[in-house]
Amino acid sequence: MELRLDGLHHGYGPVEVLRGIDLDIPAGRIVCIVGPSGCGKSTLLRLIGGLELPNRGSVIQIGEAPPDSLNPLTYIFQDFALLPWRTVEGNVRLVLEDHGFGRDENARIVDDVLARTRLSEFRDAFPRQLSGGMKQRVAIARALSVSPEFLLMDEPLSALDAQTHELLMDDLIDLWTRERFSAVYITHNLQEAVRLGHRVVVLSRRPGTVREIIEIDLPLDARAGHTRELETHRQHLWRLIRDEAQAAELELVDG
Amino acid sequence: MAEPGRAGRPVSFRGGGFMPRPVGAVGPLVFLAIVGLWEAGSRSGLISPLVMPAPSEALAALGHLLETGLLWKHLGASLQRLLVGWTVGTVLGIAVGVSIGLFSLARSGLAPIVAAIFPIPKIALLPLFVIWFGIGEGSKIATILFGTFFPTVIATYGGVDNVDRSLIRMGQSFGLSWSSIVRKIILPGALPAILPGFRISAAIAIVLLVAAEMIGAEFGVGAYILLAGNLMATDELIAGVVILSIMGLTVNWLIARAERFLLRWRL
Repeated sequence: MELRLDGLHHGYGPVEVLRGIDLDIPAGRIVCIVGPSGCGKSTLLRLIGGLELPNRGSVIQIGEAPPDSLNPLTYIFQDFALLPWRTVEGNVRLVLEDHGFGRDENARIVDDVLARTRLSEFRDAFPRQLSGGMKQRVAIARALSVSPEFLLMDEPLSALDAQTHELLMDDLIDLWTRERFSAVYITHNLQEAVRLGHRVVVLSRRPGTVREIIEIDLPLDARAGHTRELETHRQHLWRLIRDEAQAAELELVDG
Repeated sequence: MAEPGRAGRPVSFRGGGFMPRPVGAVGPLVFLAIVGLWEAGSRSGLISPLVMPAPSEALAALGHLLETGLLWKHLGASLQRLLVGWTVGTVLGIAVGVSIGLFSLARSGLAPIVAAIFPIPKIALLPLFVIWFGIGEGSKIATILFGTFFPTVIATYGGVDNVDRSLIRMGQSFGLSWSSIVRKIILPGALPAILPGFRISAAIAIVLLVAAEMIGAEFGVGAYILLAGNLMATDELIAGVVILSIMGLTVNWLIARAERFLLRWRL
C-alpha cells in the first residue's frame, strides 16, 4: 500500500496553511517532512491520516492494506496520548478491544508488542510512573499492536530530553531495520531528519508548499559511520530553511 | 570572582513557609478544650441551660435515643430518603451532564435551563413539591433529588469539557467506536471533576433532607430536631445536630475513599 497526496490545500478561515501539496509516499521507507515552525507540518499529517478533511485535493491510498492490518494509518503523537488511568498493558489493549478478538488473543498481541519494545516488565505501571522516553515507547508498542501499514509520527521525540532523544532514535533505527515499517515522520529537527529519513521533504513557511525533496541513500543502520555525509545533507537542509525559519520566527502567532 | 582568603557571610535564607501540614493531636485537643469549656460554663451557671444544654446532657439525650431504639428509626428514615434521592439525582445528573458535554443540541437546549434553575434554593420549591408529590415520602425524595441533580450536571459537563482532546483524537485515530471513546476515554477523564461534585451534592442533600423532614414527617433526624425545638428541649436538639454532623463526616469519608480508589492512577 502506498499513499499519494494530490493537490492538497488547507486553511483555517482566512489563514492558508497548505498550498498545493503533491507528494508520493512509498512503502517500506521513512519519509521525513521538515520545515520552519508553523508551516503546517502537523496539519499535513492530520490530513494524511484522515483526522482532518482538506479544503481541496485528496489523500489517496494506492493498493489495499493486508487484512491483518487493524489500523493501516496509525499515529504516534508528540505528547504520547496515553490514558493516565490505564496501565501500560491497558493502554495497548485499548486499541485492540474494539476488534472483538477475545481476551486470549488480545493478551497474546499485547505480550508480543511489549516484548518487541522491551516493555514487558513495565506492563503494570501507570503512565505517571514512566519517564518521557518510556511513555513514547509505550505509544510505539500501542501503534505496533494494530499492525499499521504506515506510521504517522508527529515529532515523536520533541518532548524528550536530549539523552532520551538519542536513545529512542537508536531504538527507532533498530526497529526499522527489523520490521521495515513505512512512516511519515514530521520533525523540525534536521539531525533527526537526516538520521531517520530515506527521503526528506522540505516545506516552505506558511502557506506550506513542497520546496525540495532530497533522497538519502545510506542504509539507516550504517548512518552512524557516515557523519560527514549526513552533515552535508543537514547543512543543505538548513540553508533551505534558514531564512524562512527566521521570517517565521518574526511573525505574530495569530497573524 | 572572589579572591581567596577574603571573608564572606552566608547568603540569607528567604525560602520556605507556605506549606501548612496537619500537626498530630492539635485537632482533637482543640475539640476537647471547647467541649470542656462549654461543660464548665454550663455547670458553673455561666451558660443558661435554657439557651444551651451542657454537653453531658446532650450526650445523655443521645444515649436515651440509643436505648429506646428511636435512633435507628429516625436515622433509618433519613438515610433511606438521602440514599434514594441522592442516587437517583446523581445518576440522572451524570446522564444529562454527559449529554450536554457531548451533543450540541443538548448543550444549546439544556445548559441554559440548568443554569437558570441551579441557583434556586430548592427549599423554595418544597411547598410546590408537597402539592405535586404529596406530604409523604414523594416530596422529600423529590427535593433531595432535585437538589442533587443540578450540581451533578454542572460538575459532569465541566468534566467532559475538560477531557484532554488529544486523547479523544488518539481514540479516533485508532478507529475506536463512538461508544468506546465515551466509555473508555471521556467518562474516566471526567471522573476527577465528577467526584468532587459528589461532595457538594451530598452536602446539599443533607441540608435539603433536614428541611424536607421539617414538613410532615413522623420520623427522621430533621423531624426529631424540629420537635425538640418546639418543646424547647435543647439537649435533644443538640443531640440531633451531632447526628447530622456525624452523618456528614461519614458521607465525606466515603467519598474520599471512593476518590482514592477510583483516582489512584493520579496520585
